[in-house]
Formats: sequence, structure tokens, C-alpha cells
Amino acid sequence: MEIIKSETHFNFVAMMKMAAIASLVYILIGIGSIFWHGGLNFGIDFAGGTLIQIRFSGETSVEKLRQVFKSIGLENSIIQEFGPHEMVVRIPVTNVDLKGLSGQVENALQGAYGQGATEIRRLESVGPKVGRDLTRKALLAIIFSWIGILVYVGFRFEFRYALGGIIALIHDVLVTIGTLSLLNKEFDLNIVAAMLTIIGYSINDTIVIFDRIRENTRKNMKMPLMDVINLSVNQTLSRTILTSFTVLIVLVVLFFFGGSVIHDFAFTLLVGCLAGVYSTVFIASPIVLAFERIRPSRMKGKK
Amino acid sequence: MFGSLKVRSIFALVVILVAVFYLVPTMTSELPEFWEKKLPKDKIHLGLDLQGGMHLVLEVEADKAIEATLERTSVDLKEALMDKRIRFRRLERTANQTLSVELPDSASRMAFEKSLRESYPDLEILSAETVEGVERVSLGMNEKRKEEIRKLAIEQSLETIRNRVDQFGITEPEIVPQGKDRILIQLPGIKDPARAKSLIGKTALLEFKLVDEEHSLEEALRGSVPEGDIIAYERKIDPMSGKSVEVPYLLKGKAMLTGDALENAQVKISDRFGEPHVALKFNARGAADFERITGENVKKRLAIVLDGIVHSAPVIQEKISGGQAQITGSFTMDEARDLAIVLRAGALPAPVKILEERTVGPSLGKDSIDMGIWSSVIAGILVIAFMIFYYRLSGIVADIALVLNLILLMGAMAAFKATLTLPGIAGIVLTIGMAVDANVLIFERTREELRTGKTPRAAIDAGYNKAFLTILDSNVTTLVAALFLFGFGTGPIKGFAVTLTIGIIVSMFTAIVVTRIIFDYFIWNRKISSISI
Repeated sequence: MEIIKSETHFNFVAMMKMAAIASLVYILIGIGSIFWHGGLNFGIDFAGGTLIQIRFSGETSVEKLRQVFKSIGLENSIIQEFGPHEMVVRIPVTNVDLKGLSGQVENALQGAYGQGATEIRRLESVGPKVGRDLTRKALLAIIFSWIGILVYVGFRFEFRYALGGIIALIHDVLVTIGTLSLLNKEFDLNIVAAMLTIIGYSINDTIVIFDRIRENTRKNMKMPLMDVINLSVNQTLSRTILTSFTVLIVLVVLFFFGGSVIHDFAFTLLVGCLAGVYSTVFIASPIVLAFERIRPSRMKGKK
Repeated sequence: MFGSLKVRSIFALVVILVAVFYLVPTMTSELPEFWEKKLPKDKIHLGLDLQGGMHLVLEVEADKAIEATLERTSVDLKEALMDKRIRFRRLERTANQTLSVELPDSASRMAFEKSLRESYPDLEILSAETVEGVERVSLGMNEKRKEEIRKLAIEQSLETIRNRVDQFGITEPEIVPQGKDRILIQLPGIKDPARAKSLIGKTALLEFKLVDEEHSLEEALRGSVPEGDIIAYERKIDPMSGKSVEVPYLLKGKAMLTGDALENAQVKISDRFGEPHVALKFNARGAADFERITGENVKKRLAIVLDGIVHSAPVIQEKISGGQAQITGSFTMDEARDLAIVLRAGALPAPVKILEERTVGPSLGKDSIDMGIWSSVIAGILVIAFMIFYYRLSGIVADIALVLNLILLMGAMAAFKATLTLPGIAGIVLTIGMAVDANVLIFERTREELRTGKTPRAAIDAGYNKAFLTILDSNVTTLVAALFLFGFGTGPIKGFAVTLTIGIIVSMFTAIVVTRIIFDYFIWNRKISSISI
């Protein structure tokens, strides 16, 4: 069966201007929202602090738990419900010694709810020093992956293709970060991993189209690049949509069934993959075209 | 691609069988005896976030070890100067890593510098000035020695913590240095994280110090602490109110004996009250020292100080020989046991600070595994159904490749002893979605070729050949991203990078080699006019 007709003739290049404007507007809104929120909502991995996930055997309320934390001098903790009978407490960086913190919390919980009525399921504490290290490493990972891809694609194709690919990737990352900021989602190490996965996935998509453009340029030397790009994007359209569809199926499953810890990770991947498919079609190839107008390729000149 | 169909089939079969071999121990808990002996028996290693456990990053405050050495040197130096009758005033540790001393005239300064050169090569004069005839000299430790102390402090801390953890009884702990002054500790399956933390983080510096009974404690508490003395507290639980109270002591600053002199420490139950205490046994030199110290100080009080806190300060009734002592206090059994462990393992040369802690309870880990399995199954079924729906018989071929892909991925993880983490499971689920991509590329290409009027066999040939470069290029770029994820990632993220990397490589193998074998087998020597794609 075929969902996508074999001979589509969408004029993607004509839509490029609109797409570029739409992307730019969305990215600006995203950046605006980052400023509006006074920066990204960094999780403890980057900002430092403590996260405690507690499961209760009975009913409880955020208010009651807040009182418990107040009693041990942690009144500025942020408490959130986290699925049935579970709460997550976020404690900003304090001077409280990490050696004693978990014991203190455990004692306070036992005092308020009784022995065995609560269970600390997860406790993560990151000091400010480690937070800075992790931030640096995360940034390096993203930037070096861009450089690595730039070099490989530049080597396999041409430099302007590599540039088109990288700009599409930067687009995907900015769109994803902007969306996370708009929804005020927490930004932690898992999100960075998701971001790097998006980079890997989106470039994968882009390369498939570049590959077809390369093939078609060799086949039709006289065809203008604009038409070659349109032809190539249309030829690979069914594949682009099919693969994205299977990946999206999987991500939706992860989003709903993957569990609380993986929830935001799956969400980020979902946003990123959609952005990736979009940028592959509307951003990456038009940039190659834009560079062609500035400086025609040597490949074409040779005939 | 390489060789005949037969050769390729055998190659693929061998690869799959090897993967299954490595997977068997993970799938079943009871291995037959012959398997245990000769064949791989490691299960897939689960990360701390899946099996539960504690991850700690400690920082060794090595500068504190330098300060402590300097402190000891200053006590030593004081005695040496007095022995040599060199006049001095106010020899004390000023800033963190400097000593300052005042000498009344230039003659004593010459003598001071001479003895410094002769007996204290580690110390160097940082600055010297003369104010109203008084020579003020400030001393510091030279860089080389400081570096030595730092390095030694890290090495010793590592060794001591290893000893403590071993004695605590945790299976497969991982304790490794990280960076310049950090220690990474992973304790899988730990039940009482708070206790483990106090066991690991305790400096456990045991000191025996004399109580200064010549000076008034009250005056010292008001602020005039006599030269060379310190104030330390004993924590007691008031039996009436149940509140803890602090009892102050005025102690002589010099430690008469430290934990270094211990040979053993054990938990004993005292006969009278059934309370646990820790019995200490000194080594030969320590026993001799203890005998001499107690002999010289009969009727005085000797305080037992652990990490700056007084545990007890009994009066010395008589000279104690035999090298035995005990630490009493209101311990619970666990506390006494842990104290004995840390005393046996020795003190940390410098205090440690916890920089990062991640603890996952076993129940959350189990939930994560269950959810991971469910997500994989649901995602797998959906993708498999979609491929059959869209590509018919060819879809089944792609599905076979998908299932093999998962088997090979898990097998490779077991074989390479890679760690499976929660993001790693997400990576596997994602692989399900991406694994079919290579086949989608090939099938779409084949369909295009069929439309141009090629025979099925020629179309498949062209489909595979033309899609190959595309698949290679697109996957290598994804690999580049995965490698950086591995290089810069920490903990669970690294686990994700591992599954992603293996997943990409394996999916290229199954999608290109294995499916081709299946197609070739069905088309071999047959004249077929159409294929189901």
C-alpha cells in the first residue's frame, strides 16, 4: 500500500521563505520566553540542589509534606505531586551538609507519617561545583557533535551541504529549547541526552535528502539546483514521512508508558523529532540553495 | 555484497548464534552445569538507576591534610626550639597554610634559621620583617611537599574507603579516582544509604588527649584559652529530658596517641549493662606508648577524641600495660559496629565532602525495568504491525530484521559488559523505531525502480545498491553524535550512548545483510514476476 503517492510535485522551495519566517518567529518567541522566565528552568544537575522522590502508603497532601520539610529548616523546598501516592521535593542549594541530609529527611518523615509509611525512592543531590562541571560537559558535547558532523558531512558532500545540515540542527535545538521554556519544563541531563539524540536523528534525515540531491545533480547536469532540490525532496518524501511515523509511534509509547522519570525525556524527543523532520524538508536544502546563489558550486562548473 | 548466498547466510547465522549465546544467562536464572563452566555466564549489567543503589562523588579536601601536617610540624618545631634554647614568641598557624613566629633579636633569628635548614627541609621562609627590634618570620611548606601530601591524601583516602566498604559487605562496589581530587563510589543494591554515607564520609581521626586541669575551664570558655590548649565537647543525651547536651572540656592541644597506633577494633558487649562498646587493641609501638603515657599521668584525665568530639575522659587510675583500651558511649549496635569498621580501616588523611549523590531505591528500579519492557513490547508490536500493513511480505522481512536487531543489541550489551541504564532502555525503544529506517529506505528505492519497469530481481538489486551509500552516510553521522554523547556523558547518559551506538551498528547489519539474504533466497533460481512490497 502507499500512503504517499509516488509522484508528488510539491514546490517545497517556494515555501522556503514562509518556512524560514515561521521558524524565526517561533525561535524568537522561545528565546523571549526564556527571558520572560528569567532563564531556563535548570534542574538540579545544572543548578545544584537536591531532589527527593517519596512514595506514601496512604493519602497525603502537599501542605502536610511542606510542614514536615519546614520542621527541618527546608521551608523553601518546592513540592510537586508525581503520580499516585508520590511526591517530588526539590531543595535548592543549601549549606546543609549532604552527609546528613537524607538521614534528617528520613527521620522527619518517620516522625510525621510513622514507621514504614513512607519510602524514599530516589534521592539526587548535586553540589554547585559538580553542577558547573556538568553544564560545561553538556555544552561541549553539543558543540563538538556539531563540529564532528560538520567535518564528516563536509568531507562526504560539500561544505555548503554541511553548513545547511548544521543550521538545520541549530534550528532543531533552538526550537526544542524554546518549546521546553514555553512550557516551563525542567532542563536536566536527560534533556541534554535527548537533545543529542535529536541532533543524531535529524542529521540522519537530512543526509538522506542531501544524498538524493547529490545523485540527481549528477544525473541531470543541466537542471537548475532549485528544481533538483524540489525533485529530491519529493522523491524522498514517502521515506521521510514513513520513518518519522515509526519513530513517532515509538516516542508516543515511551511518553505514555515509559514511566515518570522518562516522561520529559520522551517529550523532548517528540518535539525534537517533529522539528527535525520539518527542518530537513524546509530548512536544510533551501540553505544549500541560498549558498548556491551566493557562490555557484565548483561541481556544476566542471560539467 | 561479499561472496555467495551460502557464505553470507553462514556468516549471519554465526553472528546471531553468538549473540544468543551471550543472551542466555540474562534470560534464565538457572544455567545448566556445563554452561556455567565453559560458556558466557554474565547477565546484562544493570545501572544503579535500574537495580537500585547509591552513586557518590566525593571531594578529598587535600588542603586540610596540608594544614594538619603544618599543625603537627608547628608543635614539633616548638619543642625543638625549646630544646635548643632558642628564644621565640608566639609560634602559631596564622593563615591556613602559613606559620608565623616572632624572634626577639637577630641572634635568635640566625639560630632559628639554622635549625630550620638542618631539620625542616619542607619549610621555607615566605617573608621576614623587623618591627621595633622584633623579627617576625612567616613560614610555609614548599610546593613540592604540598603536592606530595595532596597526592598521598587522595591515594590514602581511596584505600581507606575501599577498606571500609569491603568490611561493610557490599557486593561489587566500584571505587575509583576521578579527576584531580575526587573519588567516585558506586554501591549497587544498598539498603541503608544514610548509614553507608556516614561510614564512608567519617574522617575517623581518633586522638588521645590529656585534659588540662591546671587552667580554669570557665575562663577558657569566656575566651582566654591557654596557649596550646583547645576546647572540645562531649555530646550526651540527658536521660531525663531526652535532649542532647554538650559538655565542654579543656584539652591539651597535642595528641598523645592517634588511631595510627591501633592494631584492631572490635565491638564488645559490656557485662554490666549489655551496652555495646568498641574495644581497642594497640600495636606493639602503640602499646608501649600507651603504657608510658598512662604511667606518666596517673590521676590525670585522658580524653578519647574522635573527629574533634570527646567520647569519654576517664581518670587514669594506674599505668595501663597490655595495650588495651575501649571507647564507650551510648552506641546502638550498628553505630558501634560501624565505628569499629572505620577505626580498623584507619582514618581518612583529610576530610571528604560529598559533591554529588544519587540514590535509587530498589522498588523504583524495578518499576523502571517493568515500564521499559512494556514500552518495548508495545512499541515493537505497533511498528511490526505497521510494517506488515504497509509493505506486506517485505514488511515481514523487515520485521524479522527488527527482532534480530533487538536480539543482537542485547547480546552485544551482554558480551561487551555494557551497562544498561534507564535512558539506555529508552535508547533501545528508540532503536525499534529507527531500525526499520534502513529497510524503509531500501523498500522505497525498490518501489521506485519497479515503477521504471525493472524486473523484481533487478529492482531489488538496484534498491539495495543505491540505498547502501545513503544508509552508510546517514548512520555514520548519527554515530558521530553518539560518540560525543559517550565522550562527554556521565552515568546514565553514557549508558544511553552505548545502546544507541550498538543499535546503529547492529541495525545496519540486520537491515542490509540479513534482509538481503532473505530476498536473495526467495528469488534465487526462480522466475518471479512480482514481489510483495
